[in-house]
Amino acid sequence: MQQTIAPELPQATPLLREEAGGSLWLDAWHRLSRNKMAVASAVILTVLTLLSVFAPWIAPYSYEEQNLALRAVPPQAGHWLGTDALGRDQLTRLLYGGRVSLMVGIVATGVALAIGVTYGAISGFYGGMVDVVMMRTVDIIYALPFTIFVILLMVFFGRDIRLLFVAIGAVEWLTMARIVRAQVQALQKQEFIEAARALGLRRRRIIFVHMLPNVIGPIIVYATLTVPAVMLLEAFLSFLGLGVQPPMSSWGLMIKDGADRMEECPWLLIAPGVTLATTLFCLNFLGDGLRDALDVRTSKD
Amino acid sequence: MFRFIAKRFLEMIPVLFVIATLTFFMVRLAPGGPFTTEKSIPPEIQKKLEAFYGLNKPLYEQYLDYMGNLLKGDLGPSFKYATWSVNELIWSAFPVSLELGCYGLAIALILGLGAGIVASLRQNSAVDHISMSLAMLGICVPTFVMGPLLVLIFGLGLGWVNASGWDSARDRILPSLTLGGFYAAYIARLARGGMLEILNQDFIRTARAKGASPKRVILKHALKGGLLPVVSFLGPAVADIITGSFVVETIFQVPGLGRFFVTAAFNRDYTMVLGTVLFYAVLIILLNLVVDVVQVWLNPRLRFE
Repeated sequence: MQQTIAPELPQATPLLREEAGGSLWLDAWHRLSRNKMAVASAVILTVLTLLSVFAPWIAPYSYEEQNLALRAVPPQAGHWLGTDALGRDQLTRLLYGGRVSLMVGIVATGVALAIGVTYGAISGFYGGMVDVVMMRTVDIIYALPFTIFVILLMVFFGRDIRLLFVAIGAVEWLTMARIVRAQVQALQKQEFIEAARALGLRRRRIIFVHMLPNVIGPIIVYATLTVPAVMLLEAFLSFLGLGVQPPMSSWGLMIKDGADRMEECPWLLIAPGVTLATTLFCLNFLGDGLRDALDVRTSKD
Repeated sequence: MFRFIAKRFLEMIPVLFVIATLTFFMVRLAPGGPFTTEKSIPPEIQKKLEAFYGLNKPLYEQYLDYMGNLLKGDLGPSFKYATWSVNELIWSAFPVSLELGCYGLAIALILGLGAGIVASLRQNSAVDHISMSLAMLGICVPTFVMGPLLVLIFGLGLGWVNASGWDSARDRILPSLTLGGFYAAYIARLARGGMLEILNQDFIRTARAKGASPKRVILKHALKGGLLPVVSFLGPAVADIITGSFVVETIFQVPGLGRFFVTAAFNRDYTMVLGTVLFYAVLIILLNLVVDVVQVWLNPRLRFE
């Protein structure tokens, strides 16, 4: 008998916390921590982020420092990942490139989130003609060849990294707006929203204080999956020579250099290629893990 | 259904108008021009060139001229390729991209649907895990890494195929694989997800209980609904595949349409930029229309609005 009682005791804690409103998140946390791939991905991403953030202190060289005596040498002591055609340390450039890639990923996703969530919430909340007009606009924008517009913007006005953030963010908000709108619409008929209305709360307060916290699951999941898409777009633009400009480094730029001389120095292609792929891999697994943990259905509509 | 399609065609006009106007003014706002090159052209020749292409007129007049010609289906002369019109350039390059796109699409559909459906039927088996890991790998290794790697291994290393070019049948292999592999990965994931959702539903259990063979359950009952997510993905994806990928065409030196998307902008070839953007937009809209029609056919609960 005692043995059957004992295992039940730990369960008392989550039950108590449910009253505090933390149960959903605690459950999700437990589910996520059981998902080994997601945990491993989170650990790798944390390590990569820390390495990139502290690149100026960790990196053995400066990102533009050239050693003309050691040009295009394969991995060896002192240059663990070799050097490029200009004699710059590959490991150093990889670390600095990580700063750019991760920053673009996070900032552009932030821009997309800010636009998408506000737009979707307003459209879903007001409904009627407002909703029709706003969503038809999204439909029309969807038909625009947006990647081409980003390319044109970068060719014509840019190679400025701030423009890159805005341009990418402006492309990625559409799906977010649709997801948030659908969720907000579903919440409209719930009693606690009606209660909030009956209490005479301001619309802005209802949207941001009462509705958005209930939509946060899908938002987190979609944001996690947007980051790799954004990083891929940045790498693609840098690969075309439209993103980050040399001598600054970025993974896309390094892949471009590597692809140009892969016959003589394949290590220049492999290191940044593997790093980029690993990062995207981890972000996707973490996103999938979060979706399962938060029990979000992404097959929308 | 006829009314639905007619309505969508009418809706296309304002969308294309917006795209043409936006692109026109964006291109013109950009610094630089088609004749500002490193080698400076004598001013009198530059004046003549600008007069020939109508660039000396006020901007609004140029805009009206362009839109007028557009109504007649004329995309204007290319500024970069003298004596060529944009229509001619697009129609000479598009077939190449279309051919490459068809191979890529075939690979994507065969590999993607095959892997996705098999994985969904054997959920959590080794087959499922392996094919889904491969699919994730295909998504995470971008084409501009995959392409050079394939060239490195099969072109330069093993010497089975040429590293680049578009002459013999063999030259088609690597670009098609690079292009198709990426989309195959997406299709596999979508097909698996869609099939799993359908296979758990009551009507599938009913069909099984009534003694339908596994083959019949899959082909007759599950496939139609299970492939819905794939179909909606395919609309924009097919437009991307057949208009040519800039990366794939550059890496393998394929003379298709894809390279114009970027080079035209670099050259400030105003009409060519507008032409490629509009061509792509028309394709995307048409393919999305096809997707909507197919979706209603696959899922009778949807209706034409």
